[in-house]
Amino acid sequence: MKQSVFQAEALTKVYHMGEVAIHALRGVDLELYEGELVVMLGASGSGKSTLLNIMGGLDVATDGKLRYRDQELSRAGEAELTRFRREHVGFVFQFYNLIPSLTARENVAIATDIATDPMRPEEALELVGLDDRLDHFPSQLSGGEQQRVAIARAIAKRPMVLMCDEPTGALDSKTGIRVLEVIEHINRELNTTTAIITHNEVIGQMADRVIRLSDGKVSDIHVNDRRVAPAELAW
Amino acid sequence: MQALHRKLLRDLTGLKGQVAAIAVVIAAGVMTLMIAVTSLDAIRLSMERFYSSHQLADVWTSVTRAPDVLAERLQAIPGINQIETRVVAPVRLEVPGYPDPIRGQILSIPDGRQPGLNRLALRAGSLPDSGRGDQVVVSEPFAEAHGLQPGDELKVIIRGRFERLRISGTALSPEFVYQVGPNDLLPDYERYAVLWMNRRALANAFGMGGAFNNLTVSLQSGVGVDGVIERLDQILAPYGGIGAHGRDELMSHRMLSEEITQLKVMAVVLPTVFLGVSGFLLSVLMGRIIQTQRQQIAVLKAFGYRDGELAGHYALLTALIVAIGVTLGIVLGLWAGEAMAALYAEYFRFPETVTRLQARVVVLAIVVSGLSAGFGTFRAVARAVRLPPAEAMRPPSPEDFRPGWFERSRVGQRLAQTTRIILRNLDRHRFKSAMTVCGIALSTSLLVLGSYQFNAIQHMIDQQYRKVLRMDTHLSFIEPTSQSVLAELKAMSGVLHAEGYRQVPVRLVNGHLSERNAILGLPERAELRGLIDRDANPIYMPDEGLFMTRFLAEQLGLRPGDPVVVETLEGARRQVELVLAGVVDEPLGLSAYMRIEPLNTLMREGPAVSGVWLMTDPEARTALYDRLWEAPRIASIGLIAEAEDGLRGYMEDTVLTLMAILLLLAGSITFALVYNNARIAFAERERELATLRVLGFPRAQVSWVLVGEILLLTLLAIPLGWLFGTLFSWLLSLAFSMDMLRVPFHITHQTYAFAAAGVLVASALSVILIARRLRELDMVAALKGVE
Repeated sequence: MKQSVFQAEALTKVYHMGEVAIHALRGVDLELYEGELVVMLGASGSGKSTLLNIMGGLDVATDGKLRYRDQELSRAGEAELTRFRREHVGFVFQFYNLIPSLTARENVAIATDIATDPMRPEEALELVGLDDRLDHFPSQLSGGEQQRVAIARAIAKRPMVLMCDEPTGALDSKTGIRVLEVIEHINRELNTTTAIITHNEVIGQMADRVIRLSDGKVSDIHVNDRRVAPAELAW
Repeated sequence: MQALHRKLLRDLTGLKGQVAAIAVVIAAGVMTLMIAVTSLDAIRLSMERFYSSHQLADVWTSVTRAPDVLAERLQAIPGINQIETRVVAPVRLEVPGYPDPIRGQILSIPDGRQPGLNRLALRAGSLPDSGRGDQVVVSEPFAEAHGLQPGDELKVIIRGRFERLRISGTALSPEFVYQVGPNDLLPDYERYAVLWMNRRALANAFGMGGAFNNLTVSLQSGVGVDGVIERLDQILAPYGGIGAHGRDELMSHRMLSEEITQLKVMAVVLPTVFLGVSGFLLSVLMGRIIQTQRQQIAVLKAFGYRDGELAGHYALLTALIVAIGVTLGIVLGLWAGEAMAALYAEYFRFPETVTRLQARVVVLAIVVSGLSAGFGTFRAVARAVRLPPAEAMRPPSPEDFRPGWFERSRVGQRLAQTTRIILRNLDRHRFKSAMTVCGIALSTSLLVLGSYQFNAIQHMIDQQYRKVLRMDTHLSFIEPTSQSVLAELKAMSGVLHAEGYRQVPVRLVNGHLSERNAILGLPERAELRGLIDRDANPIYMPDEGLFMTRFLAEQLGLRPGDPVVVETLEGARRQVELVLAGVVDEPLGLSAYMRIEPLNTLMREGPAVSGVWLMTDPEARTALYDRLWEAPRIASIGLIAEAEDGLRGYMEDTVLTLMAILLLLAGSITFALVYNNARIAFAERERELATLRVLGFPRAQVSWVLVGEILLLTLLAIPLGWLFGTLFSWLLSLAFSMDMLRVPFHITHQTYAFAAAGVLVASALSVILIARRLRELDMVAALKGVE
């Protein structure tokens, strides 16, 4: 049995938008294990991004418990969450969120500068196959390349956890598969616990487990018999 | 280098337009401070250094004639350190090849050596040789004005007798830093000279053998002037003493002090306004720049950057921009300050002009700019880091809009969709809109302030020369002369009209307050010399009672109806009590006025005049002056038009040069602000504008969303700017009210129109610069990218 990394119990999250209260999570129970790759599926508003943000320490739950190994994240303060993100989590966002004024290498360096035992930025970019684009600015890179820089930035600090929010959402299928290959490769090589959020059912096939959310709750967890290589996926 | 630092440098280059604009705003504020402080400092330092190195006296007095032996008795007065008796004589001179009459005064120095007090700073040549009676030192500006050098010859008329004198040297004196003739306001180096020659020679020429008619005194340190003056006056009264005075009544020092006071006011008022405005704008601009980086801040937070690290990053960005601005301001300010000091050096002659960079001013500039920029940065960073990163990374959720009252009105319902967007945006972001309006209004106010000074000073000079001094020629006599001279003058060809006046030096006393001044006796219904009230309407004096300049009355604590003690300082000295009948509001100079007949009675004399004002025929003027100049009783001929030109030139050189620089700075600030606002508004709205384009709105309509907003804000700001500007101008006119000149609070429509036009031009330029970006608006990229 693999070691549990995240344990969520009855997590809820309520947003207040003006006068309306939005229940984004309505009691989520979930465990993630070391080194596994999970895909979270769900419609818009099902709460998957909220869950990912809370697990990644970007947001805090309204109620419920969340543990990361021995750490009680649901009770952590701002400073503790910052340290948690800094030391353990890598993020990949749908819109890459690269710093436009920095080159690929520097965008990775911005993360490694504050990490304790990072790779060299060049090494991380080589892992995502961009060793020939080191000194290009985001505006000189294609969408897929930008997303791979974002992945390099996320994994360069050798994080224990990689959180990917719609990493292929803005990409065509061919580029998307290339990006998924990189994520899969990292997961395998660095044994990084990886969570991918997507709308795309097909991507579920590359996961160890597929977690479905609907209406702020986990509606189904499916364990795949085998992980399909991203290259074999098609949509 | 850390990637974060690299980002900083890239951001600086990327934002170069805005950084430059902000730096200009800071530099303008700092520059005003530097200019005012540097020129103030230069004049003050140069003055202090000159006074102490050349032993400027503390007390001066004149007598008709006193024997040299009296000096010993005077020396015994307690508190006196050193005493210097001398002979001072009014002279007329001729410079070969120069047509106009030249007046001057000649002062004695001990035989062949420097005097103990008021030592000369020799600029060329040497002092007269000992025992020589034909050598003279002339003041340097006079020598320069005529291209005179040691060895050149002058014809001097002392007491009606011609003397040929050779120039042995040129010099500057601490007594004549500001070298003006009696009754003049401004130096005229061509027509007024100061000369020094050996005591014995001058005494012989002026009939002062074994006697003196002028005395200067230095005091022991810590001794007050008043006691010494009182003793001197007692001892010298029998010798025709007209009352001793301290440095405060030395014309040169008085003008210098006035100028220093004026510069002090400017050094406080203008930088306060400019630094205040630029500080405010800086804080708004920095705040908005950081607002546009809120997603980047969120990403950095997501990767584990601490709030403190981010605050440090943006603080450094701000610090760099402030450093650029402050450096620019200091360099330009020093340069302009020294240029200003050089302009002042034309009027105030020091042997050396001392300028220095004052550390405290630099520190002040850095602190003010740093704090205001830091405040704006801090607020924006605090707001950006407060958001959970997940939320900050999403495009901001649609804001809570509601149609305002205007839109629900009948006019509002007919508005185009894009105009509605503008109105709702302004309504939704009331604080931000208000800040923008305030910012533009403040820069408008700077334009009003700068332009106000120009108009007010022109207006002041116009009033002085159109309403007050209406003569074209001013004659003064060596001593009071019978009024019959008027008939003689009127009979001369070229004289169209003549009016005589009587001027008596007096001390005006109200309780413990007193002022040395003069009473000007005017004929009934004087046409050539006007007295005006606050609204520039003429005042006609009644037979009885005294009038005085409002400023003088205020200094003496007098109101109309109050009694005032008048001590005459000419002839038999008398003391009488008169009633202040009213005040006059002339912009230049200070004086007291009464009708000439009662003044003659007061002086126990027949109908006498001290001088005459003339209206002359321009055609016959040159011939007339030649003949007048030959009349021995005439001490001086003043040409009013030249005085007016001189005054305008002086104002242009000093105050208006400074104001022109300020106006330029105000213009730059205005442009920087409006442009920056437009840039930021564009950055904030790029997605929205691209969306409208995608939906099929034509470019012009989309541009209107941005341009209309800028225009609307500018139009709202202009009246507010007029209001602020009027307030600032009023404050400045209050601060500028002093002895020699009072700038009236007079704002014209042109000033307001100018300020409004300035802001509109700045807006138009900004719109043109932004229009290029609007044209290149990339719909797809703008919608896809989140940055």
